[in-house]
Amino acid sequence: MKFDTPAATNPIDQLKVVGQPHDRIEGPLKTTGTALYAYEHNLPNQAYGYVVGAGIAKGRIRSMETAEAKRAPGVIAIVTAENAGKLGIGEKNTAKLLGGPEIQHYHQAIALVVAESFEQARAAANLVRVEYQSEKGRFSLNEEKGQGKKPEDGEPDSAVGDFQAGFERAAVKFDAIYHTPDHSHAMMEPHASVAAWDGDKLMVWTSNQMINWGADDLAKTLNINRDSIRLMSPFVGGGFGGKLFLRSDIVLAALGAKAAHRPVKVALQRPLIANNTTHRPATVQRIRIGASQDGKISAIGHESWSGDLEGGQPENAVQQTRFLYAGADRMTQTRLAVLDLPEGNAMRAPGEAPGLMALEIAMDEMAERLEIDPIEFRILNDTQVVPDKPSAPADETDPQAKAGEGGNKDLPFSQRQLTECFRQGAERFGWNKRNPQPAQVRDGRWLVGIGVAAAFRNNQTMDSGARVRLATDGVVTVETDMTDIGTGSYTIIAQTAAEMMGVPLEMVEVRLGDSTYPVSSGSGGQWGGNSSTAGVYAACVKLREAVAQKLGFNADDIEFADSKVRAGNRSLPLKDAAKDGEIVAEDTLEFGDLDKKIHQSTFGAHFVEVGVDSFTGETRIRRMMAVCAAGRILNPKTARSQVIGALTMGAGAALMEELAIDERHGFFANHDLAGYEVPVHADIPHQEVVFLDETDPTSSPMKAKGVGELGICGVGAAVANAIYNATGVRVREYPITLDKLLPEMPDV
Amino acid sequence: MKSFSFERAQSPADAAAAAARQPDAKFIAGGTNLLDLMKLEIEVPTHLIDVNGLALDRIEDTEQGGIRIGALMRNTDLAAHERVRSDYGLLSRALLAGASGQLRNKATTAGNLLQRTRCPYFYDTNMACNKRQPGSGCSAIGGFTRQLAVVGVSDACIATNPSDMNVALRALDATVETVKPDGQTRAIPIADFHKLPGDTPHIETALEQGELITAVTLPKPLGGKHIYRKVRDRASYAFALVSVGAVIQPDGTGRFAVGGVAHKPWRVEEAESELSRGAPAVSQRLFADAKPTNENRFKLALTTRALASVVEEART
Amino acid sequence: MQSPGQLELNRRDLLVSTAATVAVSAVPAAAQAQNSTGETVQTTRIKLSVNGKPRELEVDTRTTLLDALREHMQLTGTKKGCDHGQCGACTVLVDGRRINSCLTLAWMHENEEVTTIEGLGTPETLHPMQAAFVSHDGYQCGYCTPGQICSAIAVLDEIKAGIPSHVSGDITAAPEATALEMRERMSGNICRCGAYSNIVDAMTDVAGRQA
Repeated sequence: MKFDTPAATNPIDQLKVVGQPHDRIEGPLKTTGTALYAYEHNLPNQAYGYVVGAGIAKGRIRSMETAEAKRAPGVIAIVTAENAGKLGIGEKNTAKLLGGPEIQHYHQAIALVVAESFEQARAAANLVRVEYQSEKGRFSLNEEKGQGKKPEDGEPDSAVGDFQAGFERAAVKFDAIYHTPDHSHAMMEPHASVAAWDGDKLMVWTSNQMINWGADDLAKTLNINRDSIRLMSPFVGGGFGGKLFLRSDIVLAALGAKAAHRPVKVALQRPLIANNTTHRPATVQRIRIGASQDGKISAIGHESWSGDLEGGQPENAVQQTRFLYAGADRMTQTRLAVLDLPEGNAMRAPGEAPGLMALEIAMDEMAERLEIDPIEFRILNDTQVVPDKPSAPADETDPQAKAGEGGNKDLPFSQRQLTECFRQGAERFGWNKRNPQPAQVRDGRWLVGIGVAAAFRNNQTMDSGARVRLATDGVVTVETDMTDIGTGSYTIIAQTAAEMMGVPLEMVEVRLGDSTYPVSSGSGGQWGGNSSTAGVYAACVKLREAVAQKLGFNADDIEFADSKVRAGNRSLPLKDAAKDGEIVAEDTLEFGDLDKKIHQSTFGAHFVEVGVDSFTGETRIRRMMAVCAAGRILNPKTARSQVIGALTMGAGAALMEELAIDERHGFFANHDLAGYEVPVHADIPHQEVVFLDETDPTSSPMKAKGVGELGICGVGAAVANAIYNATGVRVREYPITLDKLLPEMPDV
Repeated sequence: MKSFSFERAQSPADAAAAAARQPDAKFIAGGTNLLDLMKLEIEVPTHLIDVNGLALDRIEDTEQGGIRIGALMRNTDLAAHERVRSDYGLLSRALLAGASGQLRNKATTAGNLLQRTRCPYFYDTNMACNKRQPGSGCSAIGGFTRQLAVVGVSDACIATNPSDMNVALRALDATVETVKPDGQTRAIPIADFHKLPGDTPHIETALEQGELITAVTLPKPLGGKHIYRKVRDRASYAFALVSVGAVIQPDGTGRFAVGGVAHKPWRVEEAESELSRGAPAVSQRLFADAKPTNENRFKLALTTRALASVVEEART
Repeated sequence: MQSPGQLELNRRDLLVSTAATVAVSAVPAAAQAQNSTGETVQTTRIKLSVNGKPRELEVDTRTTLLDALREHMQLTGTKKGCDHGQCGACTVLVDGRRINSCLTLAWMHENEEVTTIEGLGTPETLHPMQAAFVSHDGYQCGYCTPGQICSAIAVLDEIKAGIPSHVSGDITAAPEATALEMRERMSGNICRCGAYSNIVDAMTDVAGRQA
């Protein structure tokens, strides 16, 4: 099914099942420990792999002595780059997943020891002796950012009007530099895979967000036929972008199984994960805002520097600044330096998450300079059209792009309720009780403050396919390679199929995460919920047609409800259509260029109250609220969970999360869950989430968008602004830990 | 983890004797620290002596009016013990500020006393560490040092003692009771139990080879207000940046020890006499010989402020 | 909903359904063997009770309780998140007390009673805490969930037993099942998906019904 015109009324609009706060259908499995994650697929005769990570950040392996390890009890095989055969590199990988002799980053996998038991593999891995020839690497973004280059892909730079002149002219100017650190996904399930070969066929149970990308890149890496791979990932214990791509666990499990001639299980050891896998890269951001005395932004500029391995990508932290606030003269610029740290890549809301951490502090600072309420300042600069007109098209013959370039035609947002988010949030949170003068409110030893920030995330769509089966007993089964990484895919897909086929939720079975199923959008970029259900919608439309034909209905007013098919006064049980055998339909929802004609984004407003200990500078969050406008909410219960989870991760980014770089050795030194602190229960208060009523017919037949990333966008800045309101201390370098607050805190 | 054999000890003296027979043996009780380190081969015992059956898990009153805490008493039980809560509140509070409920259910008094540092360079076996491998150097110095020690450091080591309990025991003037392989017992004042790193950071305590901790005694209760102020980035389940364990009397005098700043719980008795002059004066005495790094210099001011907070809390 | 893993099991015979097959194939090959480097593998036979059933197995002395459950008894509901006591995903109840099963060795639990998530309820008959997690959506990816649930049950028991916590104002008084108390006591169970707010709601619900 092509989707290139806004959705008309369709069966989803009934909202009998879709839009209802159903419990997760896989809930009883997850809460009883019966949902099987990758490493839990035990195979007969299986062996255990243990990964050896490189002990240097850059250089070469001078020698690797494996003889002693090979002789150790239970050892079956040792895989290294030397004996693994020729390996390719996945399209979406920057560094090799099995390193050697060249080492590209710290803890890059250099060997897998396969043994009869986990204990034996672990002990033998410690007997592998490696000598390195270390090389000088580049590990400091601050030092390397000057050599930053304009990235080749995407739109690293944008310019509208004349920023420089506009900024110079502005009555009130603001110019500041912000820092965000490297972040680790730190999902609870380590990257894990179980691989088994059957001749030249490879089966892998793994933990991956994007089955299709994973299978493609596994084929490329192993130089085998894509069709001989079956990748399965029915449950994913968290990903947050860290499992978007093929990672070393999959490759090593496959190579280990080949070498051992047995199924092999590999889970990355926790202390390896931070350096072995990807992370959200640190940024340095410069933000300049020029405005009139009455608070109208005339000029806005946002520059960002980040680093990655040679051939890697930038963190697109300026993206939201092209869309969020009005202003005639504007520029953004992205520069990428080469760093020899581990590979940087996407983490929950790449770009916007760190970008808004900076931009939304800057907005708070500018509001204060203008002596305008920070909410009013944002509302004053709200816009219903994209303020940054599309840049010159690569293809000059594209009339749509040309219209944009000409500037005659404004590009509207499909929905933009940013102001409404702020208004409702302010009312519910009690914004009017905020003292605009910082450091005035006390509660015992605590300094109390309130902060706000805008949330923004562009909506992305991905083509998504599904297969739907109607069985003789009336059960509807959906098969798609979509994954559920905690997002609620199982449930909203079941809701979609139930709504479309007019059956109760209990009559729907959902099977996910298998590369033998139709290729879906996968889970990433907050596109998964909307795109994958749209694919299921498309397949269900086909199944409805097949059912109608089978039952001899040809009317337009055909209705699927109460497990029956009805038209006029004729009604038949749905399952009758399958009485001669199962009916199967398959389709893919293909997204057209609607999103280029009408810009789709999701919006929100974050409200945070903090207490800062007046003695020690410890910040503790007291209240959090997010108001979101993100299209149709397919399941308010699971969507709310997405948002509270994002708020929690944003709270971590604001207050504690930082991969600490040892710039001498070039690695993240705090590489375990004791060193890299993420929020615990005690850090998180009750969280409130409000969804504004919204449907977006331009996004898909589901009229939904996404919230899983919107929720983290801006929340860090809301915390930062609350800390400023509480203490009067402005910190522009995350995380906002007490050591950064104390020097300017009032004496006690 | 290297392969090992094990035995279950029948008495403290047997345990100590067994340890003396095998130089690479270790006692195991809760195991929460030892197994963590064995998995990384930072600890590589070839033999474990399980002391869990030794019935050293009770509290009894001493003739001096204090208490004797069994070495194997779990942290949860110690913190929840009625007598400890009412008379040694500082100890309860310090224990409850540490680790998690699960870990406290396993961790023992003796194990907590012997808890090893959380220095990231000690934990990463690719890095040089004089504690792990004497003479290999200290890669923490000049590296990521935010958590590390600011006082009592040496050129060989800047690690901290991560225990909360030890801070309380130091302030409470605890005594560590042990049995040696030859059956002799001794009592080690807590002040002498933990060592500064000096040139031998791998020697962390006064214990000799095979010596087993059997109990910790506390003198008779001090009265006063018992406060444990632990400062950390996240609200729970985190090691202290700085902690202050104090007992403050109604007249404003008191005693305290500081955690998170040194290789041992940091107590300077002379500094306690400065309490009436305010936290900055106390801090000056506490940190007279401090050698912070740029990354952890904040611990000095933070300690001063945490102390001020404790004094304030004691007053109200 | 059936577990997709179970579906696989039905579809193909590749998967193993019982503990015995793997345990037997994995361990004896190396048991007590002395290899060419002179290293020996030490194994030991242990007896313990898991979810009310007596179990006897031969394990490497290095096998943690966690790996004994997951790899030898196929009780994979208990999760390995960090294997170093830093996340709480492996929380089980031993003789009624919650512990991290990753930081304890299997042989240290001779004759002890271990309760795992599988021993609390089944998908058809959920334990009240499991049901509350479902209805309050106290989980997302589900990986930390068994540990959270084991911990949540133990936390309510600990409060009832009068064990104080770091946030108890007066540590000599009996603690109450407030949100603050529960949040502090649950802090050894990390949920990176960030379901904390809902988990406390689920616990409050159960605590209210118990009271």
